Amino acid sequence: MRVAVLAALAVALAAPPAFADSGPPRQGVVNIGGGASLYAANCSSCHGPAGEGVRNTRRGAGDVPGQGPPLRNVGARAADFYLRTGYMPLENPGQQPSRSKVLFSEQELRALVKYVASFGSGPGIPQPHPEQGSVSVGQKLFVDHCAGCHQIVAEGGYVTGARVPPLEDATDTQIAEAVRIGPYLMPKFSKTQVTPDQLNSLIAYIDYTKHPDDAGGWSLGHLGPWPEGMVTWLLAAAALVALCMTIGKRLQS
Amino acid sequence: MSRAKDLLVSGVVLLLGRRGKPKFPAEHEQRIVEPGPPNRGAETVVLVLLVLVAAAAIAFMVIFSFERLAHQTQYLGLALGGAFVLLAAACVVIAHKLIVTEELQEPYPDLEHPQEIAEIDQIVDESGSRFTRKRLVRMAGLGAIGTLGLAMITPALSLGPAFATQKLKWTPWKRGRRLVDSEGRPLKATDVEEGSFYTAYPEGADRELIGSPLVVVRVPENELKSRHDWAPSGVVAFSKICTHAGCAISLYRKPTFAPVEPRPALVCPCHYSTFDPADGGKVIFGPAGRALPQLPLEVDGEGYLRAKGNFDEPIGPSWWGVRKGKAYSS
Amino acid sequence: MIRGIVRYVDTRSGGAPFVKKALRYVFPDHWSFLLGEVALYVFMLLVATGIYLTFFFDDSRSMTVYHGSYVPLHGASMSRAYESVVHLSFDVRAGLLMRQTHHWAADVFVAAIVMHLLRVLLTGAYRKPRDLTYIGGVTMLVLALLEGYLGYSMVDDLLSGMGLAIGYSVAMSLPLIGGKLAMLLWGGPYPGSPSFWPRMYIAHVLIIPILIGLVLSMHLLLVASRHHTQFKKSPRETERQVVGVPTFPGQAPRSLGLMFGTWGVLFLLGGLAQINPIWLWGPYHVGDATNGAQPDWYLGWLIGALRLVPSFDVVVGGYTLVPNPFWGGALFPLIVIGLLYLWPWLERKLSGDEAFHNLLERPRDNPRRTATVLALLVWVFLVFMAGSADRVYVFLGLSYSHQIWGYRAAVIVVPILTYFAARRVCRELLAGEVVQELHEQAKSEAVSGEVSA
Repeated sequence: MRVAVLAALAVALAAPPAFADSGPPRQGVVNIGGGASLYAANCSSCHGPAGEGVRNTRRGAGDVPGQGPPLRNVGARAADFYLRTGYMPLENPGQQPSRSKVLFSEQELRALVKYVASFGSGPGIPQPHPEQGSVSVGQKLFVDHCAGCHQIVAEGGYVTGARVPPLEDATDTQIAEAVRIGPYLMPKFSKTQVTPDQLNSLIAYIDYTKHPDDAGGWSLGHLGPWPEGMVTWLLAAAALVALCMTIGKRLQS
Repeated sequence: MSRAKDLLVSGVVLLLGRRGKPKFPAEHEQRIVEPGPPNRGAETVVLVLLVLVAAAAIAFMVIFSFERLAHQTQYLGLALGGAFVLLAAACVVIAHKLIVTEELQEPYPDLEHPQEIAEIDQIVDESGSRFTRKRLVRMAGLGAIGTLGLAMITPALSLGPAFATQKLKWTPWKRGRRLVDSEGRPLKATDVEEGSFYTAYPEGADRELIGSPLVVVRVPENELKSRHDWAPSGVVAFSKICTHAGCAISLYRKPTFAPVEPRPALVCPCHYSTFDPADGGKVIFGPAGRALPQLPLEVDGEGYLRAKGNFDEPIGPSWWGVRKGKAYSS
Repeated sequence: MIRGIVRYVDTRSGGAPFVKKALRYVFPDHWSFLLGEVALYVFMLLVATGIYLTFFFDDSRSMTVYHGSYVPLHGASMSRAYESVVHLSFDVRAGLLMRQTHHWAADVFVAAIVMHLLRVLLTGAYRKPRDLTYIGGVTMLVLALLEGYLGYSMVDDLLSGMGLAIGYSVAMSLPLIGGKLAMLLWGGPYPGSPSFWPRMYIAHVLIIPILIGLVLSMHLLLVASRHHTQFKKSPRETERQVVGVPTFPGQAPRSLGLMFGTWGVLFLLGGLAQINPIWLWGPYHVGDATNGAQPDWYLGWLIGALRLVPSFDVVVGGYTLVPNPFWGGALFPLIVIGLLYLWPWLERKLSGDEAFHNLLERPRDNPRRTATVLALLVWVFLVFMAGSADRVYVFLGLSYSHQIWGYRAAVIVVPILTYFAARRVCRELLAGEVVQELHEQAKSEAVSGEVSA
């Protein structure tokens, strides 16, 4: 317990803005040197000292029960994705990783990604080119592969047991990584299923959904009938009742 | 110009229900509408509002006249909606400030008319006095009209094959039919990777049929709980149509790290019915009342996935006969 | 001038006495009496905008490839129905305004009917001699629900298709006849024969609007012939005498103001707030779906009900007697609508009150009725809310399955609690009034006592 407090204190001193964020309290990030020590301090309790994974619960740093998948051959691609989205480090293993504030500096991120990549011969960080893709091709691919979970305008959704994130904050690289990795409960898509060209189109479409053509005006979050019903009642019906009350009399009581 | 506007304004005011100016007050000896004092301020407000209504209406036409204009829909709505809101405001001012609000009273209409009721009854009764077998004629009449009515609605049966619910069990899948992806490329067993999911269709058949779309995933062979011979090297195929309410099963959840995450499942996004691909599509959550129908697969000499037969049971939402008989394709 | 026109019409129609009577027809004045009028004005706008839309809509589901001005759908395979609506939205000037106004009007139409219905229920306005008027009103509510469903279904976007699949499944789930009925309506197994789209279209633009128009005429005719109900505000309002503002000049500018105001609100929404952006949903194909698909709000109670039912089909002797969607999709709305239809009759049976009523009761005046109405409302509302549990999970992180279990308990417990709480509040309010009255009486006696002393 004392270790955790000290670690938190150390981070608070080293990187004050990180804790100004009102997000959930995260596992303490110890801010030392190169990739190996960062890994040892932040990742090894769940992923094992050499990225071999931990299948049976054991106590790790900060007294957190650790359990996590092996990182051999996941490559820089997965490390880059999980770290830059703030998915990792996770407060509790088994909890759904979600987009949160990245507590590492750019330099630390590079060191850590490099270190994880060195566990085996995994794929590197992809470099997608959405500008070479077509939004309309991407739309069809998105319906086929993604909309069931992420919602047709990428506003996120629900799959039994988990929350599906909206994609408004996903960068092109992160989308390219996630499609191949399949983070958490997401399926992964191989290069034969979604070719690199198709991937560019898919990213082009997802980028489009961040600012789609709202020809109709106020977008209501692109969530469809749900907010439309709220507007119907909270705006339209309220305005009409107010109009009725202006025109008609009220009972004195 | 301003005279024209005045005319327009007064015309609108007249239309809106202001009584004509009391030009000849002496003409009516006794007033019907109660008198009230003038209210020039309110009158001015109404005039201003009406001018604004006309301005907004003109704005609408001007905005409309543009071939293309950014946010045209918004400006059009603002102009037209604004015009109506202003017109409403003018009406409300008239109602509250410029019209005498009379409070009249009058008796409610009679609740019943016993005399007329009795007379109607009598007329109908007496009209049939020449009939001797009234009951019989009435029965015959009702029977005739009822039968004719039935005959008149019989053509409605042509709307659909109501007596051929057998068709609900038909699907385009049969032994040997290849699985193709959404672009028509045949799917190989080796293409289907663990942890991914595929939508497949019958080769050469209409994809807009409810029996066509499949969801295909690969389950590690040691995790398959049933129907091992339906799943060559662990590749399983299910109807993509939910057995609950007919939506497409377009969610596949698969854990990255099985020990701490939910197990693989196929999920429908409409009411979140959740099916187990490793166990014959059994329902593990949500309202669906039947397992997802599974299509037995085999791999041909070239490695392509082919149907080994039709589904084990009719696909799609349940009805009376869904559990009687199998899916067929001939 | 007026006199000249009236004379012209009167000599040709003999209508002057009728018009004179109509001008002085008495409207009792209370704001809540205007809610039904709002629904009427929305309906008028629905007809007007709807006629405009018919000039552009194509009711065919034959497939085509899109090459219009909305680039993200270029090359997409879609039905002509969907294509015509995308075209209307992007290439017809004022087309999108009319479409969005029409859709908002549909949402507001049902909302206005529901508010009007609640007013009528809470004040006992449906009692004899107006029970037939009320039955007409409930009928229009049912027709409006069906009309709205067909309206957004025939567009054939992704949400339409998913909604139709659910509608088809609910039809299939009717015990014994479901499969036959669905085959009859759809003309074959889902998605149905090509003629299903023209069928929806003709029902949406002709059959149901005419039915609504007929019932509406009957409704208004009955209201006028039995006159309006009224609150007891002074000794002048009695069961035999109605007090209020005459049609002309008093009521006319109010009603016109309400009409224009209603249209104004709807056109503003139609221009400023995006509704059903079908170009973002994309076209529908049988194998497609999106997360978080919802029906329009007035059918939201049905998606909630469908999700709350646990997994089971009732099977007897190998026959599926009750497929699962029946409970939430058919039985639940049948119970609610059935209760609404039987309401006046049930109240007469339970209270033994067979009398005619022209005076309304305030909600507190009849605690049992008010409590029952609110319990019913809360019941339906909770089921409605259950339909948004997935979104609540996305936004707030409340476990979906816990929410579903919570709602399953709440839909039984909360309406009962509501009943007793509402009844209690009404009784307290009434008791408070009695105290107030005694207090004032005593005070006036004391004052008069002082004066006489």
